[in-house]
Amino acid sequence: MDRLIDVENLTLQFRTDEGLITAVDNVSFSLDRGEVMGLVGESGSGKSVTAKALMHLNASNAIYSPESRITLHTDSGGIDVLSLSRAGDLKVVRGGAISMIFQEPMASFAPSISIGKQMIEQLQLHAEMSKAQAREIAIEMLDRVGISDPSSRVDQYAFELSGGMRQRAMIAMALSTKPRLLIADEPTTALDVTIQAQVIDLMKELVDEFNMGIVFITHDLGVVAQTADKVSVMYLGRLIEEGPVREVIRDPRHPYTKGLLAALPRLDDLDAPLTPVPGDIPSPLERPTGCVFNTRCGDVTGPVCSATVPLEEWIDPAHRVSCHLYADRGAS
Amino acid sequence: MSDDILISAAGLSVGYRLGKGLFQHLVLKAVDNVSLNIKRGSFFGLVGESGSGKTTLGRALLNAVPITGGNATYDDGDVTYDLTALSKDELGDYRRRAQLIFQDPYAALSPRMTVRDIIAEPLEVMKITSSRETTDERVREIAARCRLNLEHLRRFPHAFSGGQRQRISIARALVSRPQFIVADEAVAALDVSIQADVLNLLKQLQGEMDLTFMFISHDLSVVAHTCDHVAVMYLGRLVETAPTRQLFAAPKHPYTKALFSAIPSLNPDDRGLAQRLEGEIPSPTNQPSGCKFHTRCPHVIDRCRSEEPQLETADGAHEVSCHRWQELLAAG
Repeated sequence: MDRLIDVENLTLQFRTDEGLITAVDNVSFSLDRGEVMGLVGESGSGKSVTAKALMHLNASNAIYSPESRITLHTDSGGIDVLSLSRAGDLKVVRGGAISMIFQEPMASFAPSISIGKQMIEQLQLHAEMSKAQAREIAIEMLDRVGISDPSSRVDQYAFELSGGMRQRAMIAMALSTKPRLLIADEPTTALDVTIQAQVIDLMKELVDEFNMGIVFITHDLGVVAQTADKVSVMYLGRLIEEGPVREVIRDPRHPYTKGLLAALPRLDDLDAPLTPVPGDIPSPLERPTGCVFNTRCGDVTGPVCSATVPLEEWIDPAHRVSCHLYADRGAS
Repeated sequence: MSDDILISAAGLSVGYRLGKGLFQHLVLKAVDNVSLNIKRGSFFGLVGESGSGKTTLGRALLNAVPITGGNATYDDGDVTYDLTALSKDELGDYRRRAQLIFQDPYAALSPRMTVRDIIAEPLEVMKITSSRETTDERVREIAARCRLNLEHLRRFPHAFSGGQRQRISIARALVSRPQFIVADEAVAALDVSIQADVLNLLKQLQGEMDLTFMFISHDLSVVAHTCDHVAVMYLGRLVETAPTRQLFAAPKHPYTKALFSAIPSLNPDDRGLAQRLEGEIPSPTNQPSGCKFHTRCPHVIDRCRSEEPQLETADGAHEVSCHRWQELLAAG
């Protein structure tokens, strides 16, 4: 498989009035072309900030540590994303090689500009083409994502479309520049289940067709099970477990991943009690020392949990976990 | 006592008049001819997609939107009210007996009031308590039940996490000691772990305070885990209603079946198994003739397009509104 992106030691802090807030803490992962990675975690876990870092899109008060490195592999070689600063250079990444779709499509389209005009503008920004050519491509993409009568829909405004159609138009716009990587931030959360199922099907088809990679951010483990190849679980800015989707869902290793699954209402067992992870996610200003999860963990093994940050242990070549429970495993 | 009916609706309709002058006749039927009984002490689930009328039905039962047709009665053994013809005094008393919990705990709480004042407000507005001491006593009592301590009562909502805010909303709804609670998507905005916590709390309070819930949700897994009885709505109509286990074990309406199969399964091997529903819910201003679901139903026949099916008893308390349910059941 072709490597698409490498994220190494990504650490990101925000400078705020209350002090430095660590949003992402030493996160590393890679993604191949045609691969779908589910990025899960509670609100405040740093999943959206991590995804935005891939495009160097975080606010100006963001500070990347010197060790942070994000390499995007393209046909003409690797791009060191975090070293880019000029708008012209960033254009190659933002909207070019990487596109992003958001949870609320109504908020992502300009309300007073037609869908088509916004798509044409984006296409012309990223490739040399005439307005007519761009319009042609826009119509083609709208058709491709299952919008009926695309040649008249292209002149409509976002408010004229239903929620499901709007999300399809958003996907069409994101994919019109043929990105290598699509970041989807909770793209189906605002949709009804039957529409969510349609959008998930569409995204899976498009991965195959365009051989894209997708980073799929969601809090819904069911959606992950149905779409992703691998899952990364984040908690308070740290990537605490990553592995193939089957393994992580059937045999989760980290106590937090286990907790997330135990809190989920399951349809195959209506009598199972819903067990919340005790306590609330700590404020980013009061990050626990040692393992970030130790304040809520039911499996604390000893003082080591609040003293030392657990190292990454490999359960098997594709499944890693950061937890002291597995500390002896890595050595063998 | 447990078999007593607290809320009973027969042929209930809610219509909104759209437009003025010439178009005055255009009526949007948000809830259309709905009949249901809610037993005292039960957790009654109401599910459906956006636009199905579930919120409007909930509000109508609280007398928060005008009922335009049919009957609805409230009978808690103490008083009996005809909800379509409440006098001013009766309405005031009904407000105390029937309360609402909102979806978004960030929008539902005033940022300028302390938690104590937020919870005390219903008591003051409805003149339930006469002195500051008795008000404080009631506030402290309900706050303790909702796991809020005295320290919490002095703070403002911004200091709380989503789960804590929802517990404040619940305390405010329960402080007037109501009998009937409409919880409209009360856990939809919460992370899974907090969702589990709030659901457990609602169940516990129901037992302790002898409450009856109408639980409105689009999340079928949540409904399956919390409700005793479920009603499925589509375009303002009830299409199926049954005890939870019966409904989830053997759904009979094609819409219910499609809805269930669209829930993303936690089993990655279930990919592609789901039955996909084409299209979207039609606009309520331009409703299909006959069965409202016929435009999306995979089993549609001519009769469905012309004749509207009525809710009929399938099996005990299991009711379904479909011309072909017996036929489809026999066909497997």
